[in-house]
Amino acid sequence: MSMAPTLLAVEDLSKSYGGVHAVRGVSFSLAAGEILALIGPNGAGKSTCFDMLNGQKTPDRGRVQLLGDDITGRPPRAVWRLGVGRTFQITATFPTMTVRENVQVALVSHANCIFNVWRSTPAFQRDEADRLLELVGVGGYADRPCGELAYGDLKRLELAIALANRPKLLLMDEPTAGMAPRERIELMRLTARVAREHAIGVLFTEHDMDVVFEHADRILVLNRGALIAEGSPDDVRRDPQVRAIYLGEGLVYDARHREGAGA
Amino acid sequence: MSFYVVQFLTGLASAASLFLVASGLSIIFGVTRIVNFAHGAFYMLGAYLAFSLTERLSGTLGFWGGIVGAALIVALIGVVVEMVLLRRIYRSPELFQLLATFGLTLMVEDLVVLIWGPDDLLGRRAPGLRGAVDFFGQAVPTYDILLIVLGPVVLGALWLLFRRTRWGVLVRAATQDRDMVAALGVNQKWLFTSVFALGVFLAALGGALQIPRDAVNHTMDLRIIVDVFVVVVIGGLGSITGAFVAAVLVSELNAFGILIFPKISIILVFLVMAIVLIVRPWGLFGKPEAAARQTPGLSVRPWQPLSFNERLACVGALIVAAALPLLGSNYALIVGAEIAIFVIFAASLHFLMSVGGLASFGHAAYFGLGTYGVAFLAKFLGFPMIACLLLGPVLGLLGAMLFGWFAVQLSGVYFAMLTLAFAQIVWSIAFQWVEVTGGDNGILGVWPAAFVATPARFYWLALFVTAVSVTLLRVLVFSPFGYALRATRDSGLRSEAIGLNSKRIQWTAFVIAGTFAGISGALFAYLKGSVFPDNAGIALSVDSLVMVLLGGVETVSGAVIGAIVYKALSIWLVSYTDLSKLVLGGFIVLIVVAFPKGIVGTFGSLVDNGRLPFFKRALPGASQAEGAE
Repeated sequence: MSMAPTLLAVEDLSKSYGGVHAVRGVSFSLAAGEILALIGPNGAGKSTCFDMLNGQKTPDRGRVQLLGDDITGRPPRAVWRLGVGRTFQITATFPTMTVRENVQVALVSHANCIFNVWRSTPAFQRDEADRLLELVGVGGYADRPCGELAYGDLKRLELAIALANRPKLLLMDEPTAGMAPRERIELMRLTARVAREHAIGVLFTEHDMDVVFEHADRILVLNRGALIAEGSPDDVRRDPQVRAIYLGEGLVYDARHREGAGA
Repeated sequence: MSFYVVQFLTGLASAASLFLVASGLSIIFGVTRIVNFAHGAFYMLGAYLAFSLTERLSGTLGFWGGIVGAALIVALIGVVVEMVLLRRIYRSPELFQLLATFGLTLMVEDLVVLIWGPDDLLGRRAPGLRGAVDFFGQAVPTYDILLIVLGPVVLGALWLLFRRTRWGVLVRAATQDRDMVAALGVNQKWLFTSVFALGVFLAALGGALQIPRDAVNHTMDLRIIVDVFVVVVIGGLGSITGAFVAAVLVSELNAFGILIFPKISIILVFLVMAIVLIVRPWGLFGKPEAAARQTPGLSVRPWQPLSFNERLACVGALIVAAALPLLGSNYALIVGAEIAIFVIFAASLHFLMSVGGLASFGHAAYFGLGTYGVAFLAKFLGFPMIACLLLGPVLGLLGAMLFGWFAVQLSGVYFAMLTLAFAQIVWSIAFQWVEVTGGDNGILGVWPAAFVATPARFYWLALFVTAVSVTLLRVLVFSPFGYALRATRDSGLRSEAIGLNSKRIQWTAFVIAGTFAGISGALFAYLKGSVFPDNAGIALSVDSLVMVLLGGVETVSGAVIGAIVYKALSIWLVSYTDLSKLVLGGFIVLIVVAFPKGIVGTFGSLVDNGRLPFFKRALPGASQAEGAE
């Protein structure tokens, strides 16, 4: 894995809201085909970090490079064009279209046919759309209105939309939230398989530690905006700082303690 | 120099009324999220009632009592309107709320003519304030000085009301989070009613205070509402301070603009508004709006292209329509051609509204530009008809390119207000630039070429262009571009994340819709043989909205049915009653409250629920229902 070329390089990424330093000096890199997890307690800055990677938010400081190109501060649509697919913590899909059409729109965009005014979209790369839906496991719902899907299935659909771009990098913000435990494992196994087959780099955030430790090649631990640990799942599991701050009892105890004092 | 000072003071005095009305609109919007189109109507009612009361009451006390009394009576009317109508539509999409309050405006327009007659009324001057103050040799009316003082006084009073009273705190809380205020046990209903009453009171007071300065007439409602929309777009909807600053700004621009461009002073206001929109799209003092609400009950039935049988049915309907000249009279053919033209017009707006989710309240601008495009080419350049028909709509296209670029920077109610203001600018130019457009007299003698000079032939031409246009628009809906446009409507976040440039897509859609509106306008110019400013008027913009709504916003081509039914109905109505606005307004309110899905949508629901078993297999969805036409 270490021989693979660097896909994503993040240097000194920082962002603050007013006086709150949401993300402070975060640096890391991601190789093609690697699966990297970003974990940390609520409010650690995971989502802010994510949003700065694909241009949803502009960093105050720092640099994001994709295959050597500086993409810092480019709008999301430009980042997509460079081969980055993303899923959202709260799913964002097109509710008035069918499930298949959701993927077809992404295919249309990938093929740069947005301003085509005469072709028929329902027939546009229909097989490819069905293949992607089948891949993520919602092939049976292709003709259903997307607004009718259960939350877990929407998450899968988002993955299919992201894959429609034939991405080099996948950004997945809590990809398995709202799914049953077995579904989570399945979806992450699938993601891992696709990533290895096509040498896609995957960066994901997740609260379910089973998912994280089973599937990540490497883990980044974020706390109060700063990276406090980085390494293989075993390394991170053994890190005393991580245990204290994140996996250990510290936070729970702290919260209880404060609650008690406040009441 | 003193002349400019006086001009400045006149501007400040005009700002007072504008501020009162705009602040009322802003307060109501802040809490109820309704942009009250009827605000101009309440302003007008305030003026009419104040006229009647001050005629009957004498003395200083009588005059001021009449002014305030008029505003109070109108506020009471506002309470009734809120309880009877608005409470039913608080949860409706913005478009429906704008339309319902516009329907109300139409009704009030006819009612004031019924009660006070169609002529301008000159109100009493304020007792004791009839004179003028001398300013470096220039006279400034004393009444203007009063108004200049009044603006800041009202601003201060509102500030105290919202900062220092319990009610004010509740209103501010509700402005931030209605649901939270309700969860805290506040009776929302009466909070909303009282806020609406205050807003209406301010509008009516603004109208009442105008009577010593201006004649009272039944068109003052639309004039003020456009200015007010411009003010709240510049100042920021929901901000009272913004309303004040923008009212002063707009009034001063008008006061001095008249010196610079006497004919088209409105251009100056437009330029300032454009600059503000580029720099701060949510206005000088406004806050960026949260994403617009999803339309409740938004059709979950995805759109489908027509099946072979349905296409056949459409061709059949077209053949039947083409046979009209065999049985119809010349009058029927002229009506038929007019209906066909309006089908294009409605379909073009429908494309923008239903596919793009952009409800334009000024779509007539591009229709009007199409008519003038033809008139200029035919009269000034002597182009033949075919060339005019092909090139005339280009003016609509250019207008849509210019205005659309600004409009798509905004969304929701801001988009609606801005498009309305743009349409009013087109109308004003057509009305005021007499040397070129002929002003109110229009441009006459735009006659069709000999080969379509008979009603039957012209009807066929209109039908042909309509069939082609509607087909093209339908192809567009199902094209990649149509899907990209729907994507920007469904989820801006997701669209951008999959590489779609939302603004550019929406702008393109705006230009396409404007061009098709221009095509319908071009045909209309030849149908009527003349061109008038009203071809770009608000009434026509609203006609197009009602046609789309009547057919069904959530359907693929409901506008076709909506245009046919609505146009036939209104032509019939105009020939049978003088109170067409009253009936039409009531009709709009009825659709919004009772049939929000429109004809095609309601039909589709009935079929879906198995209420029309006969159609069950033949027409499984509303999207196919137009095939039955």
